Amino acid sequence: MAEKFDIQEHKLIPKHTKLSDDEAQKLLEQYNVSLRQLPKILKSDPALKNFDIKPGDVIKIERESPTIGKVNFFRVVINA
Amino acid sequence: MAVDEALIKEYKGRLPEPLLKIFKTYADEVGLSKANQKKAIQQVEHKFLASKIHPGEAIGIVTAESFGEPGTQMTLRTFHFAGVAEANITLGLPRLIEIFDARKDISTPIMEIFLKKQPKDERELEKIIASIKEIKFAEVIESITINIAKMQIEVVLNKKRMKDLEITSEALRRGLGVTLKTVDIVDKDDLLVMKPKVKELTLPSLYSIKEKIKEAPVKGIEGIKQVLPVKRNDEVLLISAGTNLKKVLEIDVVDGTRTLSNDIFEIAKVLGIEAARNAIIREVSRVLHDQGLEIDDRHIMFVSDLMTTTGAVKGVTRSGITGEKESVLARASFETPIVHLINASMVGEVDRLNSVVENVLINQPIPLGTGLPGLVTKMKGDEKDEQ
Repeated sequence: MAEKFDIQEHKLIPKHTKLSDDEAQKLLEQYNVSLRQLPKILKSDPALKNFDIKPGDVIKIERESPTIGKVNFFRVVINA
Repeated sequence: MAVDEALIKEYKGRLPEPLLKIFKTYADEVGLSKANQKKAIQQVEHKFLASKIHPGEAIGIVTAESFGEPGTQMTLRTFHFAGVAEANITLGLPRLIEIFDARKDISTPIMEIFLKKQPKDERELEKIIASIKEIKFAEVIESITINIAKMQIEVVLNKKRMKDLEITSEALRRGLGVTLKTVDIVDKDDLLVMKPKVKELTLPSLYSIKEKIKEAPVKGIEGIKQVLPVKRNDEVLLISAGTNLKKVLEIDVVDGTRTLSNDIFEIAKVLGIEAARNAIIREVSRVLHDQGLEIDDRHIMFVSDLMTTTGAVKGVTRSGITGEKESVLARASFETPIVHLINASMVGEVDRLNSVVENVLINQPIPLGTGLPGLVTKMKGDEKDEQ
């Protein structure tokens, strides 16, 4: 067992990126929702291992949808 | 006639990528003129917008019925196997229920292990398999006996088998040491003598230690009971009974980007919630596909989105997503109504009657379809104010 495998490269995991506070605010305004209404992601989620995050941050997930191609999905970080 | 790139660019963002791609190929094939291309893409956009789901559409019910109808046909054909090497895997309706209920202990945990490099020959393949498969102590011994006179356990090792499996006696000792911390192990010629370090040793306790020794893992990965090579699309991959995704991903020869488990919870734990969502979609479509059933991807995506919105995998059960509904009456209408009503009344819960079931219960219009928008009447007095 040499270097540890980076699970971010697993094909089941879409690309996760953290939104800046401004971007997050824009997103909430665009969809007219509050943070509470967004789908959640746990702070301890393995896909966010190398991220510097705190509860309340918004994570952008670039999904590959079988029907409409690339699609952005958003989740808000919560404490486990 | 080439496709008008400017036109495509204009519609980028307005139409989904795959649709534009299809449009491009067709326009190219048919050889539409630029003017006709514009007309055609306007038609495409019109159709696209018209086919979008309307606000107030009961997509939950549509999804449930889309699964329900083919599901009734599935029950009759549950016990078909998918192939010799993969026989006896839970398929069909039982598997579907297992996924949707988000069961923690699935009946046939399976892993698909991809390799970075194809093995050159059978020897190499066997070596890889041997490094993954869990080998218990019982498999490398000739005999195990209890010496009542000396109150110890005596083991005769199968040296040949150990050599075949490439287990050295040191590795064996290390493996045993993990499970048996309180047992002294002494080599005596070909005999391995084990004496528990307990003050008052009784025969029954010695017997239970003997059983424990037999089950002690000495090599491979815990939980992987069987490994079979399978050929798929000119590629050799390994199918394992029993899963341990975390450990298997750490093996050097394993292609960690493709290796999969069919245990949704394990995937959520090792790879995260988004991977779990993809895994649910993948597993459900595979079960349906194997049965020759077609259910639109959108329904599957919808259910898996619901199951993963809370950040953890939740099943479609009273403790899962139904238990998380905001409305007391909605929860009560699903399963165990009394429990929900008593608990809600004890903490003074308020039901805002925002959703469907609770409104059906109290005989009010449901907020779906035409029931969704509210009517605002303009009184005569109001008009005056506006002027």
